[in-house]
Order: sequence, then structure tokens, then C-alpha cells
Amino acid sequence: MEHRWGMVIDEDRCTGCEACVAACHAENNIATVGDDQAARGRAMHWIRVERYYEGNFPDIKVKFRPVPCQECSDAPCEPVCPTYASYHNPEGLNAQIYNRCIGTRYCANACPYLVRFFNFLNPVWDKPLNLQFNPDVSVRSVGIMEKCTFCIQRIKTAEIKAQAEKRPLKEGEFNPACVQSCPAEAMVFGDLNDPKSKVSRLSRSSRATKLLPELGTHPKVTYLKRDTWDNGQNA
Amino acid sequence: MDKTPEQINQDLLRPLYHASWRFYVALVILGSLVAAAFFAWGYQIYNGIGVSGLDRPVFWAFYITNFVFWIGISHAGTLISAILRVSNATWRRPVTRCAEAITVFALSISAMFPLIHLGRPWLFFWLIPYPSERGIWPQFRSPLLWDFFAINTYLIGSVTFLLLPSFPDFALIRDRASGWRKKVYGIASLGWRGTPKQWHRLEMAMRIMAVAIIPVAVSVHTIVSWDFAMAPVPGWHSTIFGPYFVAGAIFSGIAALIIAMAMLRKLLHLEEYLKPIHFDYLGKLLLVMSLLWFYFVFAERLTTWYGNFPSEMAVFWVTQSGRFSKLFWTMIFCNFIIPVPILAIKNLRTKIGWTVVASIPVIVGMWLERFLIIVPSLSHKYLPYNFGTYRPSWVEITITIGTFAGMALLYLLFSRVFPIISIWELKLGLQKKVEAAPALASQEPATEQP
Repeated sequence: MEHRWGMVIDEDRCTGCEACVAACHAENNIATVGDDQAARGRAMHWIRVERYYEGNFPDIKVKFRPVPCQECSDAPCEPVCPTYASYHNPEGLNAQIYNRCIGTRYCANACPYLVRFFNFLNPVWDKPLNLQFNPDVSVRSVGIMEKCTFCIQRIKTAEIKAQAEKRPLKEGEFNPACVQSCPAEAMVFGDLNDPKSKVSRLSRSSRATKLLPELGTHPKVTYLKRDTWDNGQNA
Repeated sequence: MDKTPEQINQDLLRPLYHASWRFYVALVILGSLVAAAFFAWGYQIYNGIGVSGLDRPVFWAFYITNFVFWIGISHAGTLISAILRVSNATWRRPVTRCAEAITVFALSISAMFPLIHLGRPWLFFWLIPYPSERGIWPQFRSPLLWDFFAINTYLIGSVTFLLLPSFPDFALIRDRASGWRKKVYGIASLGWRGTPKQWHRLEMAMRIMAVAIIPVAVSVHTIVSWDFAMAPVPGWHSTIFGPYFVAGAIFSGIAALIIAMAMLRKLLHLEEYLKPIHFDYLGKLLLVMSLLWFYFVFAERLTTWYGNFPSEMAVFWVTQSGRFSKLFWTMIFCNFIIPVPILAIKNLRTKIGWTVVASIPVIVGMWLERFLIIVPSLSHKYLPYNFGTYRPSWVEITITIGTFAGMALLYLLFSRVFPIISIWELKLGLQKKVEAAPALASQEPATEQP
């Protein structure tokens, strides 16, 4: 494969502003589902900012962790789908083919990161968001699974443009919506096959970790954070 | 049993000809419950699966619980009947047909649940490998596809296993009947004339089926357990799941069989055919399965506790002492603490009423067991930020009640169409003057000739 898209997220830089979440919703035509459904745990955020609190008041620290699809190299969601709707594409992305999905929801159970979202009802958008659909992204119907795609529509557009101009893709030529909108520049996107790219260099950093590495899913999203060992105060 | 063959014919064919007013009342009540379930399902298809209580992260709940539960019940029949046939246990004769019927109906009900639970149920046929315009096969690595094949194999096998020994009885009804019954049962008996060649073939076919169906039944519930065990979910990803599920299935199946037999005995006046000795033997089987089930639960809980993996401990504590603990301890009570003493005391086990008292909690407990495998694990999966919970909606509750009513309804109708006890096998037993001595009979070499 020519490219192997990856992402680095710096937890020490993240301010928890959730601009990435808003940008993702706008870019990918994600339904807002409404208050009632969101309260029932059916909100759809292809990227979310998890908040964890450490310590006791007043000595308290808040940790933010933005979690998009980890784009696993050994993805548990893929082999369990009986209809090949969750599928490993030639560039190593965990693609979700909406038209093939029959809604068994097995992929969402198998995913340890819970980054798959199901359309329990027909999608709705709070006004006036229903007037700003992105024409490059299909709208999903009731009964199917959807997830972060690393903004595959942007990847494809850039690749086709580079191909038409007969040149290789340049680094930073495009970014997923979340990376583009991060004011703290906590997120970096790029090609892991290029050892000189920023994302490759950062993912070799001594601060680099993966989310739930013990599961052997080999994510292509890397987190950067200082080690804070559990000093036993939670015991 | 010192009845003449003619008396047996009369006793066992009576329900085919006469029905009391109770039958019609039951028909109306059960029929309306089933209709309500179908209405709920239609409502769900029209509006989307969101009308259920499912959410993120609990993507599977009541429907999959019911699916596993009913497959478990289906293990009563064919498997037990096959084991009793293979081991040549003579007391099986009045039991086999009502057991095999449980399998066919419970399996049909459970096979509906993967459809009910789909987000887009109208596309379920994409699981079938056929050359399609979409140009792809189904994903053979997916346990759901294994399920699809396993259930269909088991369903075809169980229907065959039920129908094969029914042909001589259909022929009997045909020969005694006139009018439409003669026509219908004439077709159903597939030209059975009772020639020695036909008897020989029937015997051969039953021997092959009895042996072949046992591995099929074991594999079906193993594969159902692999739907869970193949996913890296805390509490699911366990090697014990295959045998654990098979044992649980047989356990709940025997309980269902005891309840069904007690009801048939009462309603169809079969007191002289389904005797306390049959309930005693089934009660012993139930006792063994209860102990085996508890052993599996204990082994699974203890290894999880000692392993002390943080993600598994989150699920462990939420079932043991957290939000789901009431359900967990109810399950232990229903599956172990109530049935074991009742079934272990001979004076109680040999009374039919007491075996039923031991069996009803098992049905409740085994339903809870499946629920407790599915929901606590999904609601407490790895990242604590995403922990959730689940509450069923009226749609799921209606459909669940409807399946129990549907099971009773199908069984009721079955008892009006099929002789619920295999007449020819019963007569054969009488003819051979074999006393009910299963322990001895099962140790002897197979000498039985029809």
C-alpha cells in the first residue's frame, strides 16, 4: 500500500474545547439525534473528548482524551461482520460500507474503543444544521452502523488531485476536519509509511502510547502523554 | 401399563378429535399475545430499532437473550431424545415425541430473534451465500454466519427427527379416519404401509439420525456461545463458554420438558402414560445438570476473580455486588438453591408436582443467566467514560412475552394434530414386555428389533 494514514493526539496539549467534535459533525453529516435520544445514550460523535478526573478536591486534575476510531491494524470489528460492511481498505483504514450493513451491531460490541455508532432511528438534525450538509458524504439511514473514516472524502479528493497533476501527495496538503480545527494543534495527521512525516516522528516519541495496547489491536492512532504512574492512591 | 393396543389408540388419538372449551379459551388468549408481539415487531420495523431500549454501549440485550434462551430450550428435545434412543433407554418411549416437538418450536422461535434484532431485517438474506448482483460472499470468518448455518442444520435435522417416527402414526390415523382426515394424514404418512422393508428403513434412518443429531446439537450451542467468546469483550472472551452454554442449554431444556409433560399429562389426561417414574428420571437428569451448571459458574467466577484483570473485574463486581447483583443472586437461587434440594430428596423428586416446582425457577434462572452474560459485559466495556446501562422498552417486553405465548400456542396446536406420544413405539415396548429399567437397558448391547 502506498499510504498508511495515521494520527497522533497529544493529550498534554488538548484543552478539551471539543472543536474537533463540532467540526466532525459538520464535515461528516452526523445526525444530532436530539435531546431525548442523546439522554438515552444514543448520541453520535465519531470523535469524542473523554474526561477523566484524577485526585481529590482541591488537588484535582482533569484529563482530556479525544477518541476517534483508532483505525486498528488488527481490528476486532472487521472479522465479525457477516456481510463485509466493516472492511479493511487497501490503505489500511477500517472502512464501513453503509450499503452492505444490515445492522447486526456485532462490530460495535467487538470494538473495545466504542467508536462505532448506530442509527437507532432515522437521522435528524437540529435546525438549522439540516441546511448545511456536506455533499461529499452520504447520509446514513436507520438501522446501520457508522464511524470515523479519517475523512476519507478528503483523502480521496487529495489523492485524485495529485494523480491528475502527476505528482506525489504533499504532507499537510489536507487534514481530517478534527485535525484542521484543533486550536491547540494537539492532533497531527499524516502518512506513517513516510518515516520523515511529522506523524511518523511523533509516533516514535518517548511520550507515545496506544489506547488499550494490551488488546493487540495495533491502532494507527498514537497518544502522546507524560507518564503518570498510579501511585496507589486509588487503592 | 397393561392397556390393550386398541385402548392406547383411543387414549392417544382422543385429543385429535375432541377439544374442550378450555382449548378455545387458551387459543384466544395465547393467540392475542402472539398477535401483540407481531404488532410490536411491525411497529419496530416501521419506526426503527430505536423503539427498543437498546443504546450505546448495550447494543445487544433482550433479543439476543431470548435468542440464546430459546436455543437452550430447544436442546431439551432432540438431544435428550437422541441420547435416550442411542442408549436404548426404554423409559424414553412416552417422552421422545413431546421432547422433539419442543426442539422444533423453540428453535423456530429462537431463529426469529436474529431477524428481529437486525437494524435492517429486510436484508437478512444477505447472510445466505448465493451469487448476487453485489458480487460478494458473506464473511465466513464471522461467528454470526456460523450461527446461520448451525441453526439451519439443526432445524432441518430436528424436523426430520420429529417427522421420521411420525409416519407410522400418521398411517394409523389415516387407516382409522374418514373424510378430510383420511386425505390429509394419507398425504402426511408418505405412503406408509408397514411393510417389513419400510420398518427396516425407518429403523436404519432413526439410528443414523439419532447418532448424527448429537454432534449437531452440541455444535449449535457451542457456536452460539462463540458469538460472544470470539469478541474481545471482558466477560465474554473465555474458553469455558462452549461447554458452559451446552450444559446450560440442556439444563433449561430438561426443565422445559418437565413442565410441558406435566401440563400435557393434566390437560390431555395422560396420567397412565406419563408416570411419576418418567418425572423421576428426568428429575435426576435435571439434578445432574444443575450441579454441572453451578460448577461451570463457580469455575468461571473464581478464575475471573483470581485473574484480577481490571477490565474483567469491572464486569465481575457489577454482577457480583453492583447494579446487576440482584439479578445474579436470583439466578443462583433459581438455578441451584431451589432445585438441588428438591431433586436430591427422593420423596420429593418422585412426586410430579415437586419436579415442576424445581423446574419453573430453572426457566427463570436460565433466562437471567443469558441476560447477565450479555448486558453487564457490554455496559462495562474497557473505557469507564463509556460505561452505560440498559432498560427494556415495551416493545422488547411484548415480544418476549409473545414468544412464551407462541411456544405454548404452537405446542397446543401440535397436540391437536400429532399424537403427542408415539403410539407405535409405545406398543412396541408393550409387545416386548420391557420393564422400565433404564440403568440395565442402557448397559446392555442394542438388541432391539421393531
